[in-house]
Amino acid sequence: MTAGLNLFEQQARNRRLTVAWLALFILFFAWLGFGGDLAFYLAAASRTEGQVAYRFPWIGVVVTSIAAIVAWVSWRKGPQQVLWSTGARELVAPQTLEEKQLVNVVEEMAIAAGLPKPKTYVIDDPDPNAFATGRDATTACIAVTTGLLAVVNREELQAVVAHEMGHVRNLDVRLMTLIASLVGVIVVLSNGMGRMLRGSGSLLGGRGRKGGGPLLVAAAIVFVLWVITLILAPFISRIMAMAVSRDREYLADATGAELTRNPGALASALQKIETHEAPTTHIKEGAAHLCIADPLGRDVNLKDGRLADLLATHPPMAKRITRLKGMAFQQLKAAGQLPAS
Amino acid sequence: MGLIVFLIVVVVVLVWVASAYNGLIALKNQTVNAWKQIDVQLKRRHDLIPNLVNTVKGSMNFEKDTLQAVVDARSKAMASGGGVRETAAAEGALTGALGKLFVVMERYPDLKSSQNVRDLQEELSSTENKIAFARQLYNDVATGYNTKQQQFPTNLVAGLAKAEHAELWELEDKAEGAVPQVDLSLQKPQG
Repeated sequence: MTAGLNLFEQQARNRRLTVAWLALFILFFAWLGFGGDLAFYLAAASRTEGQVAYRFPWIGVVVTSIAAIVAWVSWRKGPQQVLWSTGARELVAPQTLEEKQLVNVVEEMAIAAGLPKPKTYVIDDPDPNAFATGRDATTACIAVTTGLLAVVNREELQAVVAHEMGHVRNLDVRLMTLIASLVGVIVVLSNGMGRMLRGSGSLLGGRGRKGGGPLLVAAAIVFVLWVITLILAPFISRIMAMAVSRDREYLADATGAELTRNPGALASALQKIETHEAPTTHIKEGAAHLCIADPLGRDVNLKDGRLADLLATHPPMAKRITRLKGMAFQQLKAAGQLPAS
Repeated sequence: MGLIVFLIVVVVVLVWVASAYNGLIALKNQTVNAWKQIDVQLKRRHDLIPNLVNTVKGSMNFEKDTLQAVVDARSKAMASGGGVRETAAAEGALTGALGKLFVVMERYPDLKSSQNVRDLQEELSSTENKIAFARQLYNDVATGYNTKQQQFPTNLVAGLAKAEHAELWELEDKAEGAVPQVDLSLQKPQG
């Protein structure tokens, strides 16, 4: 297909990115934890002249253990929490024709991708949207809104599910769950430590001897940097998560088209989703980056440019549709079904 | 010194042979597994057809030929051997017969409005799709397997891994290739 990367390159890239993100966050946590210790250590050293008064890096140890526990729990429970927060119900015994179609379509796409069938969820929300979550193919879940079921026809539903299946097959769901749990840890830690600091600020205060010397200046610089990171951490980590999610949408579009061999259907499904663009009230900010279209209905996703590049979780819809139509055109051309022009 | 170099070369070659061998075996098993996926869906289709025929028989007594064609194609498909080519031909004929039946069914509004028939039709359409997607996956996996065993240097261990050319499931001719497209247009519940 016309996708720039093939499946295995994309999977390998996701694996590398997963490792890189883990490393980045570990460094970040180390700085959040031990950076504070460094500041206190330098401050204590400047006061006591030579004698080491601050031996045990307690901030670092506490932060690291809390981060590890919180990250592990949200890694294991994250997908269920996301589904729970959207009020999704699992489709076990489909009743209506639409629900039966959904279950069938999910199974069809699982066969096309050569993966185990993911669990199917429905969200009672009139706005058409869909997302996938999970840690790997065996724990994957695909959720669609009732609005989507009402708006699209079978082919388009298939295309949307294929797009979500693309996220599962490309291992995007794993990366997203990991990033979500790490971002969650940072938000928790930054809030908690901000509160702690207000209590213990006097430790660093200038109550020592006057002047203080270069060590105290170093301590102050490290401390200021540390506090700034602490304040900015949640924003920075969210922006990073958004950037990761954005270029994944194009690839999932391409993978979806590869699975159905029908890029035109996804283009028309996206068009329908876009015309119904209203906030999907059941999907909160925490799950926004997982969805096929931005559930918050933010204008920033429709534009192209610097600010949009920084803040949007999704590439502009018009661009995605254009790319898919291009694929459909190539397909028709290859099959010799285009009228001679 | 020379001995060490020689030993290193031997070890490298052995490691490569082992990994190439294992790669081929993995691909072979994937191909077999992909074929089994098709089989599961074909069997499901064979099981569903009698239900459909019995449900529509009463209201469609003008279309005996179309129904009979489906029944005949089904028994032929069930009787066909395990080979890729025979299965593909027999199942292709069944797909064609079913497609014609679906087109004919469009002319009977009371049939189309029956919940039972709609459910059955959705089940059969979905099974048709599953067969098509399982075939797509099988062809992709089998092509990968075939390419690997022909490519140098993996072809050197192809004999060792007892790798054989896997036959692709190809559509018999253009006319049959066009039938699933008729199916697709039928699957739209509304416009």
